[in-house]
Amino acid sequence: ITIMAAAARFFVRGAHPKLSFSGVCASAQRSLGAGLLKLSPSCASRTKTHKRHAAHFTFQPDPVPTQYGPTQKMNLFQSVTSALDNTLASDPTAVIFGEDVAFGGVFRCTVGLRDKYGKDRVFNTPLCEQGIVGFGIGVAVAGATAIAEIQFADYIYPAFDQIVNEAAKYRYRSGNMFDCGNLTIRAPWGCVGHGSLYHSQSPEAFFAHCPGLKIVIPRGPVQAKGLLLSCISDKNPCIFFEPKILYRAAVEQVPVDAYTIPLSQAEVLQEGSDVTLVAWGTQIHVMKEVANMAQEKLGVSCEVIDLQTILPWDIDTVCKSVAKTGRLLISHEAPVTGGFAAEISSTVQEECFLNLEAPISRVCGYDTPFPHIFEPFYIPDKWKCLEAIKKMINY
Amino acid sequence: MCIHLMFSPSNCIHFNALTKCDVHGLEEGPADTSVLTRDQGLGLYRSMQTIRCMEQHVDLLYRQKLILGPCHLYIGQEACAVGIEASIDKADHLITSYRSHGFSFTRGVSVREILAEITGRRGGVSKGRGGPMHMYAPNFYGGNGIVGSQVPLGAGVALACQYRGNDQICVAVYGDGAANQGQLFEAYNMAALWKLPIIFVCENNRYAKWTPMQRVSACTDLYKRADYIPGLRVDGMDVLCVREASKFAKDHCQSGKGPIILELQTYRFHRHGTADRHPSYRNEAEVQEYSNKDPISRLAGQVIHANMTSAQEFEEIDMEIRKEVEEASQFAITDQEPPLHDLCNYVYHNSPPLKIRGIHRWATLVSIGNTL
Repeated sequence: ITIMAAAARFFVRGAHPKLSFSGVCASAQRSLGAGLLKLSPSCASRTKTHKRHAAHFTFQPDPVPTQYGPTQKMNLFQSVTSALDNTLASDPTAVIFGEDVAFGGVFRCTVGLRDKYGKDRVFNTPLCEQGIVGFGIGVAVAGATAIAEIQFADYIYPAFDQIVNEAAKYRYRSGNMFDCGNLTIRAPWGCVGHGSLYHSQSPEAFFAHCPGLKIVIPRGPVQAKGLLLSCISDKNPCIFFEPKILYRAAVEQVPVDAYTIPLSQAEVLQEGSDVTLVAWGTQIHVMKEVANMAQEKLGVSCEVIDLQTILPWDIDTVCKSVAKTGRLLISHEAPVTGGFAAEISSTVQEECFLNLEAPISRVCGYDTPFPHIFEPFYIPDKWKCLEAIKKMINY
Repeated sequence: MCIHLMFSPSNCIHFNALTKCDVHGLEEGPADTSVLTRDQGLGLYRSMQTIRCMEQHVDLLYRQKLILGPCHLYIGQEACAVGIEASIDKADHLITSYRSHGFSFTRGVSVREILAEITGRRGGVSKGRGGPMHMYAPNFYGGNGIVGSQVPLGAGVALACQYRGNDQICVAVYGDGAANQGQLFEAYNMAALWKLPIIFVCENNRYAKWTPMQRVSACTDLYKRADYIPGLRVDGMDVLCVREASKFAKDHCQSGKGPIILELQTYRFHRHGTADRHPSYRNEAEVQEYSNKDPISRLAGQVIHANMTSAQEFEEIDMEIRKEVEEASQFAITDQEPPLHDLCNYVYHNSPPLKIRGIHRWATLVSIGNTL
């Protein structure tokens, strides 16, 4: 019925009163709709690949936190809204800006904030990422808390110069006279199942190469709110990547009041003795499943670590774990060459060389642009990770 | 608007009193008359209606969950692509944004290849690898996902034309959202400095996704944005206006005068993208107002009123189009997906084939990158 209404709206009578074009494509749609539903038999059997597929992971919620006060059921975007709400309430200098944020944002992260706090504090910018970040740096340097939103991490590159050359180096080059620690940049990140080349990227590795920045990626709503609040209060420019596939899929009991989770502290989610699995963001949920599969199928005990802060990363926790287990597997969606797993791998082999029982394994995306139709084959899913564990155990 | 007609014996019509263009930086703009033959009229109609029908099928395919990737429909803006194509040659060059299905068709990609590309099959114009945004054809450089990125590219193409002295021009199409991108101003400056043969076309559909243009543009006269480049503001809902303005712009470029901006005032009847869920950033009254200016019914009305054809002939054309699009649609959902080994191809130009790393060190695929 919606389609018909839409069709009726699209097709109006032409200039000549005797004409009626409303019949034209409206009738086309009626017969087409019926035709399309009769898929060919060969199609029906291949539903897995050519329909938008189910997620490659199952979200596993954290236990309910008890130390931060009363909690409420929230998904990831609601937990982000909650963090921003707490910030705008407690910090009168805080402003939120980006493309389409006034309506609530394309992922609903800023819903209600403009109505609550005013249009001078939550406002839309034009479509100009370089301008948004440059402007944000200026706001931050002048003493206000700037929370800039880049609509998708894939679009952050026009701002790369501002982030790397200005934001990251402000404190260093001015001998601590100026800094833009009040700046936090938020961007949706990672694969989403149907994002294709420009709505799926994970660019953390590009920024990890830049001292002066902090990069944080949460695995769920509780972490997201705590880490985002830490980023906002942290006196360094922070980039907060939000796994977009988790915006609705991840639901947890999240504390209503403000709380912080420390940056640069990796979290050991599950202890184990045979293999250390390191990941961040969405991939953590894949790893948790891999750990269960390894235990059941291979009798291998895995220690799962969520890195959380990519830069500066918690070298001690990871190395301590590898010293115990002797094997390390790092996994991320971004392409393997030059991905952040490379940095972890290199550092760990320096620190734990004699502890290693097998070469460090990186299970990552292929060295290609993020593909369109090939996405299910591209992402490092649980089977590929399990395969890598098998090879490490049998090394 | 009143259409004054002059009947001439050669089965063509002179339309007087087209909506006049607003002009910037020029003594005068295009004439407000247009000469249209019966064949041209039917051709313009056919092109626009094909795009319309095709895009509606895409919407249906999307609802059937048969389309991956973000998909942006051209419904309502058909006059822009068709009007421009009517005034440039196949040898001229064109590049556009992600709302590319209309231009893909006008630049020569068949409906079949467009739909199969949208559903990600090997019969698609980009072999299923590009998806709804990234379609290409000779002298048509796509289909670009990043807003505004295509404009400096277009300036580069124009430089190549100038350098080769082949009298060709480039048309770089972007939207009102992209009009605020810094890289556009860099492109404007270079184009003006070097008098590049480029037409900058801004399809102003009044919304950058969900944000109304006037809320994010300090200057809403987008045709005046590059102060030192002449510009025209054109009724983008009238294919004849677009055609005349584009002809004028092409003449301007080819006579060595350098770049020109065309702001086509148009409207998309659909949402920004098929995945869009925003309830209501535009009001129904506005959508209805623009629906009443539907470019297809407008042209049809003009042509019938001029007695060049009948409503019945249009219905026959519509049936042919519908049949073509339905067949293409069936192909698009039954064709095979590209083979898995295609995942790694065409990363580089390379010979012999290159090993691509990925997943883990025991899994490599081989990448070929030679053009066939």
